Formats: sequence, structure tokens, C-alpha cells
Amino acid sequence: MLKKLIFWSVAILVSSCGGDEPSDVTDDFDRGEMLSNWADNIIIPAYVSYQAELSGLKTQGAAFTNEPTVQNLENLRTSWINAYKAWQHVSMFEVGKAESLNVRNYTNIYPTNPSGINDNIASGSYNLELPSKNDEQGFPALDYMINGLASTDAEMVAVYTNQDNGQAHKTYLNDLIDRLAEMADEIVADWKGSYRDTFVSDDGSSATSATNKVVNDFLFYYEKFLRAGKVGIPAGVFSGSAIPTAVEAYYHGEVSKTLFQEALNSTENFFNGQHFGASTQGESLKSYLDYLNTIKDGEDLSGLINTQFSSSRSAASLLDDNFSEQIGTDNSLMLQTYDELQKNVILMKVDMMQALNVKIDYIDADGD
Amino acid sequence: MIQAFDKYLTQKTEAAPLAAFRVLFGAVMFVSILRFWHNGWIEKLYIDPTFFFSYYGFEFIKPLGQYTYVIFIICGIASLCVAFGYKYRLAIVTFFISFTYIELMDKTTYLNHYYFVSVVSFLMVFLPAHTYFSIDAKNEETARELVPVWTIDAVKLLIAIVYFYAGLAKLNSDWLVQAMPLKIWLPSNYDLPILGGLLQQQWAHYAFSWAGAVYDLSIPFLLFYKRTRWFAFGMVVAFHLLTSLLFPIGMFPFIMIICALIFFDARIHKIILAKMAWVMKTSLSEFNNGKEWMFKSKWGMKATYFVVLLFFMVQLALPFRQLFYPGELFWTEEGFRFSWRVMLMEKAGHANFKVVDPESGTRFYVQNNDFLTPLQEKQMSVQPDFILQFAHYLEQYFSQKEAYKGKDLQVFVESHVALNGRRSKPYIDPTRDLTIEKESFRHKDWILPFGDEIKGL
Repeated sequence: MLKKLIFWSVAILVSSCGGDEPSDVTDDFDRGEMLSNWADNIIIPAYVSYQAELSGLKTQGAAFTNEPTVQNLENLRTSWINAYKAWQHVSMFEVGKAESLNVRNYTNIYPTNPSGINDNIASGSYNLELPSKNDEQGFPALDYMINGLASTDAEMVAVYTNQDNGQAHKTYLNDLIDRLAEMADEIVADWKGSYRDTFVSDDGSSATSATNKVVNDFLFYYEKFLRAGKVGIPAGVFSGSAIPTAVEAYYHGEVSKTLFQEALNSTENFFNGQHFGASTQGESLKSYLDYLNTIKDGEDLSGLINTQFSSSRSAASLLDDNFSEQIGTDNSLMLQTYDELQKNVILMKVDMMQALNVKIDYIDADGD
Repeated sequence: MIQAFDKYLTQKTEAAPLAAFRVLFGAVMFVSILRFWHNGWIEKLYIDPTFFFSYYGFEFIKPLGQYTYVIFIICGIASLCVAFGYKYRLAIVTFFISFTYIELMDKTTYLNHYYFVSVVSFLMVFLPAHTYFSIDAKNEETARELVPVWTIDAVKLLIAIVYFYAGLAKLNSDWLVQAMPLKIWLPSNYDLPILGGLLQQQWAHYAFSWAGAVYDLSIPFLLFYKRTRWFAFGMVVAFHLLTSLLFPIGMFPFIMIICALIFFDARIHKIILAKMAWVMKTSLSEFNNGKEWMFKSKWGMKATYFVVLLFFMVQLALPFRQLFYPGELFWTEEGFRFSWRVMLMEKAGHANFKVVDPESGTRFYVQNNDFLTPLQEKQMSVQPDFILQFAHYLEQYFSQKEAYKGKDLQVFVESHVALNGRRSKPYIDPTRDLTIEKESFRHKDWILPFGDEIKGL
């Protein structure tokens, strides 16, 4: 009896902690490859494109402040939209330098604060690196500076040519653009320097590993900035009554949908590992889920998530280009879009997170 | 039978195993507290959050802001005093109270091993663990070389209950037939050398599941019998080191390893203690006085027997309280805690709270992260008692807002939970106003049905 017991115990011990059989490891999912796909084909190209758009914005900013004309204002506006669209492709990647700079909070906090901006212009002394100045800079502040100062383009140009404070407006405008460009330069330099290798080689599974951080960031972005910020908050989901002034690019008016669609597409592309500006796909959350599915014969989760991305896109296609207009005429369409976005929160935050076994934080747990 | 038991109660044995247990337990607890502090968890878990999830009936136990550190300091000092056996009774009572206080501050951090520490330290209050190799025992009045056998057996019994019940809980279809949740957890350890590739294999998930169940069920017996003891201890070390490699379970493996030592006889413990004595430049011989420890009064004896007996009855019965609740235990978690159900579930969820002012028809959703830390939100989303408590908090919070003063707000939740690799399903009835539901030990009929079955205990 006893001998039998010992035999089985030994057998169990051996089966549970012994045995190094590397024979089948080839079908393992390679997280390092996923990380390098993210870095080399998605994040870095997206940042480089963002940086290029910002340097275009800088040129147009200089052209306009040198010679404030309606034509130059229109050019400036176009490059502002292009840079703003490029931003939607990098906003979710708040890792590395972007994280330490807290770049999202200094780039796209809206609604912006016109009275704060006017105070800054009037006083001429402001430190844009202070967290209290979050809502007085970035794209939303530029939106106010080039779309919201007056009701016609001619009047707006007049603000910049005004004897008293035209120069102060010019300075502030250029300072805003410079700040964006500086942050982007730092981030790109960091990715092109040592950070890329640090990121790709951090392929472990701890709570602070690159995969865990990016996945947590991605979901945080999707839930808070895409679903809530762009659609939910203006549609009144969190306040009881709609806030049409809380849409992205409120002063411009006609690009809130465009910006939302860019952001939705970029989250979808990231999920699928689609290379920036191309249709090729590499290792991604999608292929990771598909791999894990082969282990546990689960449902086709990545398929469900992609279907839900499409549903969100179709719901959004019914919306007016101007979200604050849409809220005024028929807010229920905004709420429908929100509901579709919300369904993917559940699929990704509940089902995907469970499948990936991504830890939320470094803390002891015994799984109950 | 009763005579035999009476006789058993008077049997004596050497105090060394109990003393060694006291020293190691105190020392590991001290390290645990330091580690907790060092990791910044006091700040993060008990000071930073704005809201805390209390245990039902213990709502008055809350973190004390910056003074929370004082509780940890008290707990740390008490654990050192336990280790050194200095003013032992006071120290172990202080340790039990301060440690349990910490655990009761927020159930977000509930872990079976913290509960285990509370339970062990409660039991130790009634055990003469300070009569040998302690500062207290430097005084001849206190020093005793012999203690009742039951005082050591009580610790063994508690450890046996923990393992055996943990084993019983694994006898369910998810664990044995589906190899869940290990099938989810193990592959994410891909970065371990050698094991990483193995952990991607399905057969390995089954092997780990079955081996874990057999281990838990058999280890108390293997430790108990002398002939299998060394082997069993080897298993304990291997098993717990492996789990500490695979899962983020902190100090627990080390606590269980030192606990298993108590099954060894006094000879081994005297060797361990002699080594410790040598390090501390003292010697064991002064404690070897051949004297027996006895209760100071008959009343004290009866009270101790009563409490210890009651304690074990509760320990044996409590894990079965889930039988009084309908529905799937893993889904409702009614009767899940305090039952040695360890590592059994992978649960993820999302809860979307809707606040409604029925008078004006205003309705809005809540951003949970305005109120909760990521960890709190994760725990809240999958446990009904958390959801209810948070709903009540939201009612209270928003009815203090100017716009809703004096209004009778309603709170609804749309929530989804995924359990052990199943697709997520709606969790709480979204039509039930949670502000009128009360917390109690009764079944919460607003939890939606699981729609699946997990067979077994």
C-alpha cells in the first residue's frame, strides 16, 4: 500500500515539475514577434507620420503668423486637421517616453478652456508644462485659436493683425505648435534610439512587461478616450444630458466624425496587427487570441471582436460629420454608436483579457 | 471514547515543535509586512483609494489615512515579538487583531492565505508556544520543556483542513475535465526557461490540475505518517516553490513550507532551534528543564478547550455553507470566501452602472475609474456583494450632488462576467434597482442564472 502510494506520489511529482521536452515549442506564439510588429510596423511609423504632420503644421503656423491672410489661415487649418488625424494613430500608445511625458494630457484634452487661453495670451506668461495647463494647449486649444476666435475667417485674421494683442496671439499659436512638435520629436527620438529594443525584448509576462502595459493602455484608451471621450460624454451618457460643446474639434465643427473614425480604425488596425498605412498584417492581439484558442478550443473571439468593430463603424456611418449637430438633431444615433462601442468593451475587457491572462497590476493574488 | 479523549488531553510531548513554529511564523510574518510596505502596497491599497469595500458586518473597519502605517508598524512589531517569544500572549493577541484589522479594511485584497494567517494566529493565542526557546522562557517561571500533545496537534489539524478542503474544492468538472483555469493561466508563463514550452501543452494543463488535486488531498496524510514524512515534505517544498514560480502568490508558499515542518518530531526541531540558538549566541540547554506546562486554573483550561473546540467546528463547517445557497457557487460566490477555494477560478467582468432620477427621468452612466482603482474595479465587476456595495455608494455620492439633492435615485447595473474560459454572459439583472436591495447572508436573487453547470463540490 505504502509503496504504491510513494510510487504514485513520485510519478505525480515528476509529471508536475520535471520533464523538459522542447519538442513542441515551435508552435508557441512568439510575443517578441508581436512586440516587434507593434513597434516596427505600427507604433514607430505612426509616430514618424505624426511628427511629419506636425512639422507641416509648424511650417503653416509660421507662414500664417508671418503673413496673416485668409488663405494662410485655411492652409494652417488643413495641416491642423492632418496632424490631428495623425494623432489619432498614436494616442493609444502611452508607453516609454510618451508615458513619462504624459503626452495625451498635453495634446488632446477637450473641451478646451478659452478663458484660460485668453488669460495666457493677455499675460504672456505661462508654463505649458504644468498639469493645470492641460486644457489650454494641444489640438483643442489650436482649434479655438484658428476656428473659434471669431465667426468669420476675415475677423479671425483681424485678431492676429490687431495692433494691441495680435503679436501675443501669434506667439501663443506658435508656442502651442512648438510644444506638440517638441513632444513628438522626443518620443520619436526615444523609439529610434534605445527604447525600441528595450520594448521588444521586454517580452515577459509580468504586470510591467511590454505586452501587459500596451494591452492595458489600449483598453484604457478604447474605453475612456474613444468610447467615452469622443462619443459617450458629448452624447450625455455620463451626465444625464447631452453636452454638444464637449465634442472633439468643437470650434471647427465638421471634423469630429472624421477624427472619431480615424481613431476607431486605428484601434481596429492595432488589434489586427495591421501595418501603419498598409494592408499587411503581422502578429497581433488577434493572432495571439487565435493561437490561445487552439489550446483551449474556445469560441472565435477575434472574429467576434472584428465583427463588433464593423458594427461600430456602420453605426457611426449614419452620424453627421458634425457630432454637436448630430446631438442636437438626433442624439439617439450617437447613443446607438456608443452602445456598439460598449459591446466591444465587454468582448475585449472581459473575454479577451481573460483569454490573454493579462494582469492588471502587480499584486499578490490566489485567483479567487 | 470520552475517557480516551480525556487521556489524550493530558498527554505531554516536547515543546520544541511549537516553539520552532512560533519563531518561523513570526519571522515570516515580519518579512511579509516589510515586503508589503516595500512594494508600496500600504499606500496603493489602503491610502490612495477613495472608497473601500467593507465586509458585511465590519463596515466600521476602515483604513485610517496616513495612520494606516501605524497599524502596520504595530503588526510588524507584534510579529517580531511573537518570533522572539517576548510577552507572547500580548504579542500574539496584538498580531491577530492588527493583522485581521488590516485584512478587514478592504475585501478587494481578500486572499485565502491572509485568512489563513488570521486563523493560525487566532489559534496560537490559545497555545503555549512561548514556553521554550523564547525571551519569556528565560524566566524560569515560564520555561517549560513539555506541553500537551493537543497543542501541537491543533496546528497540524488546521493545516490538514486547509490542504484537504482545498483538495476537495478541486474535485469539480472545470478543474478535472476542462483543466480550467490552469489552461488559461499556465500558457502565460511562456517566458520561464524549460517549463515555458511545456506549459503550452494541453496534457501539461491536465497533469498540473490532477496532480494539484491529488497533492492537496493526500499531503496531510503523507505528512502525518512517519514513513512518508520526509518524502511528503520534499513534495511540499517542490510544489510550493513551483507555484511561487508560476503564480503571483507572494509569501504563501513559504508560509506553507514552514507550516509543514510542524509535522516532524521534536528531535528535528531541537536541531533547528539549536542552530538558531548558536546564531544568537545562546543555548537550548537552559530551556531543557523537564517541566510540564499546565493550565493555571481549571476555568482557564475549560475556556480554552471550549474555544479551540468551537474554533475547529467552525473551521470544519464553514466551507460547506455554500450548500445553503442555490445556483452555481463559482458564479454567485455566495459562500466562496473563507473556504480554502484557492486558484479555482479565472473570472473577468465589466460592470456599467446607471444612475436614474425617476422624477425627472435623467439617467447617466458612471465611469468606475472615477471612484475605484483598477484592482478594485476588477474585483468589483465579478462579485455581487461588491457590486451592491458600490451601487449603494453611488446612490449616496450622487444624492449629495446639488442637482440630485433630496431625490430618490435608482442605480442599475449592466454587467457581464466570463468564468473559466466561457464566453461572457450578463451577470446581474439590469432591471433591478440595487438601491433597494440590502446586503445580507440571504441568496441574492438579482444575480442572473449561470446557464451552465459545474459538477462537483
